Amino acid sequence: MTDTAMQSASTAPVKIETPFQRFRAEYFESRIAATAFFIFVAIVLLAILAPWITPQNPYDLAQVDVLDGRLPPGSEAFAGYTMWLGSDGAGRDLYSAILYGLRISISVGLASGVIALFIGMTVGLIAAYLGGRTEAVIMRVVDLQLSFPAALVALMLVAALGKGVDKIILALVVAQWAYYARTVRATALVERGKEYVEAAQCLGLSRMRVVFRHILPNCMAPLIVVGTVQTAHAVSLEATLSFLGVGLPQTEPSLGVLIANGFEYMLSGRYWISVFPGIALLLTVASINLVGDQLRDVLNPRMKK
Amino acid sequence: MTAVLEVSGLKTHFFTHAGVVKAVDGVDFTVNKGEVMGLVGESGSGKSITGFSILGLIDQPGRIVEGAIRFIGEDIAKAPEDKLKSIRGNRISMIFQDPMMTLNPVLRIDTQMMEAILAHEPVPRKEAWERCRDALGLVGIPSPEERLRAYPHQLSGGMRQRVSIATAFLNKPDLIIADEPTTALDVTIQAQIIFEAQKLTRQTGTAMIWITHDLAVVAGLADRISVMYAGRIVEQGLTDDVIDRPLHPYTVGLLGSVPTANNRGERLFQIEGMTPNMLALPEGCAFSPRCGSASGACRTPPPIEHVADRELRCYHPRSQAAAQ
Repeated sequence: MTDTAMQSASTAPVKIETPFQRFRAEYFESRIAATAFFIFVAIVLLAILAPWITPQNPYDLAQVDVLDGRLPPGSEAFAGYTMWLGSDGAGRDLYSAILYGLRISISVGLASGVIALFIGMTVGLIAAYLGGRTEAVIMRVVDLQLSFPAALVALMLVAALGKGVDKIILALVVAQWAYYARTVRATALVERGKEYVEAAQCLGLSRMRVVFRHILPNCMAPLIVVGTVQTAHAVSLEATLSFLGVGLPQTEPSLGVLIANGFEYMLSGRYWISVFPGIALLLTVASINLVGDQLRDVLNPRMKK
Repeated sequence: MTAVLEVSGLKTHFFTHAGVVKAVDGVDFTVNKGEVMGLVGESGSGKSITGFSILGLIDQPGRIVEGAIRFIGEDIAKAPEDKLKSIRGNRISMIFQDPMMTLNPVLRIDTQMMEAILAHEPVPRKEAWERCRDALGLVGIPSPEERLRAYPHQLSGGMRQRVSIATAFLNKPDLIIADEPTTALDVTIQAQIIFEAQKLTRQTGTAMIWITHDLAVVAGLADRISVMYAGRIVEQGLTDDVIDRPLHPYTVGLLGSVPTANNRGERLFQIEGMTPNMLALPEGCAFSPRCGSASGACRTPPPIEHVADRELRCYHPRSQAAAQ
């Protein structure tokens, strides 16, 4: 990838290289980051394809047989297929349950991440562009929000709202928007003082256009980094809540619920019920974080060698 | 000649915690159609603020406190924001000092140039694109189609400044304010940019205010020169008159500071003292503490006098013989 980029640069000096192409080449320079990226893509694919590549739908109670409960990895299920990762206390095939769990964990993480990003981004941009009292009020609310641990805020909200995917997403959004708002505001403040903003104003462009078309794209780099890290955070936060029993219901097991289910069997030697979902969660969060780390290195010019 | 811009008694002050900064303190000048006016002064003399005042782009805590800015007969000093927006980039456009900074790094050249047209005229995108291409051709950019697809970082400094100039001329404005557009460029590129700008003003009849600290740049380009010091125009007249026979001691000093006038090895000339603190300007003539011929009279601000076809703010103008 780097080779082709360098070749084309030397043979054709006028070659149009978009910032994205340059970014892609720089990102894949690190082997760890490349591996993390492919692991993440694989996890997402597994999660998306879950209904077609798993032997059992763990949500369909007709397919779950209690007699299959707590079977060790490699056992054969009553229905005839092999449970490579064993089964949990309710007789769910862990391989199927983990893939379906990933579906929920990742979609909850992404959905809350994206919604929080949009809210935080808009609030942060408004604060930076308007300044004055509006900014002061917004940023004090952000400070207040950030002074509570995210897990505590989410825990209180879920306790008040009740269980369910929509409520978890709402709780995660509330717990996280402030990070985005603070990041965007800090970057936008720097960008607003730059000359190209003045130049854009001199062209007679409207305020909205200057803010969203000129300032916002220049704030994307830190936003992408925070977005990745926060999404990983959201995934693990959701698992935490579910583990504590206030997140998703038993009927829609996310990774956290699976880990919690197996927890009581840990001491009796049935490690697989907790450990395999745990490994899946670890791989997901770690790969997203590694991707985020590399994004930060590539997108932040001060980190360049 | 018809006046495109008449600025009279313009005062732009900044109200800071430390006190009032009178960045522009009573500036009068007129720019006629097709004329290039050089606005000369050192850093902090208020020349850029004068430019931004014309466009109504003074940020808090500054504002225009007094004066009129008549643009084609209409006072725009107190015009509402909507009115100003329809003028900016359309009737009056601006070229900035550092072409590395004035183009948005993440947007392609075509996006940024077309925006300038589309903000003021509802033309089809294709037509806007063609106008951008032609404009780039006019400022001497080879293969403009390709350059339009480029990002700013792929162009050199001189190339980017050409893009800025092309953008400024896109909507065929009546007036262009060029704020030190060649300062960040090396000398050969500087000459090319000045040439392009001059050519375009002659072709289109666009008036231009060329803000600079470099008298050498303006000497060959401007029709008239206004010399600014501490928020006021101290001397104003035809370029040849001002350059050949400066009357204000500050203009004399500025001209003397051009190193080419010295012999090698000789000590270079510099104006004594420092630029005044804008928060605590000297009483009367702001230049008096640095001026060799200052007297008691200089404690009261000198009025504008018309001496030898020029406007001058000085009690002790250099006689033509005394001027080197």
